[in-house]
Amino acid sequence: MEPLIQLTREPLDRNALVTVVSHSSVGGIVVFEGVVRDNARGKQVRYLEYDVYEEMAEQQIRSIIAEAEQRWGVDRVAVAHRFGRLEIGEASVIIIVASPHRAEAFDACRYIIDTLKTTVPIWKKEVATNGEEWVEG
Amino acid sequence: MKIRIRYFASLREIVGQSEETLNVDAGTRVSDIRTQLLTRYARLQAILDRSVCAVNRSYVHAETVLHENDEIVFIPPMGGGRLLWSR
Repeated sequence: MEPLIQLTREPLDRNALVTVVSHSSVGGIVVFEGVVRDNARGKQVRYLEYDVYEEMAEQQIRSIIAEAEQRWGVDRVAVAHRFGRLEIGEASVIIIVASPHRAEAFDACRYIIDTLKTTVPIWKKEVATNGEEWVEG
Repeated sequence: MKIRIRYFASLREIVGQSEETLNVDAGTRVSDIRTQLLTRYARLQAILDRSVCAVNRSYVHAETVLHENDEIVFIPPMGGGRLLWSR
């Protein structure tokens, strides 16, 4: 299938994404879900704000998925990232890889989230009880 | 010639707008735009020192020559790690 890529201000719908990648040939579905936690480096986080360079982010995600598909032979992938204001406990990113066997799905999913974090132009601002800052790696 | 520059995240907050059109000479390079920005917004120094650049949605080097209607974006570090491209 064509990979599903979603960049949205709306809450992410994990079940809908799982449905998209599901197929009778699939033996395993790996889901990575990144959620907003209430603390970072000793700070009490109130909420997060994500900013995205949408056109480029979509293009970068597309090429990361293409690389994963080539390396692990997977072809049922969905990547969703939310932007705007996110509250504690809400999902910021969901990566789903479905494949006939689990090993490829785990490896491809891990590769996609790790690479996405370093090369896709999406930024996170932590708004904490004692101030706010754009987080850098 | 005209180019479009867009600002995101910390850059957007410092310059106070999300995009503008710049009039530049033919042959202008990414590094020239960076110098111009620093003249206008000294507060960008620290963030630009850690930023890479994209032209038309692809990462480029500082010596890349710009063309009419190019879209340029300085990309500050993302939360998840470091970009390996050189400026």
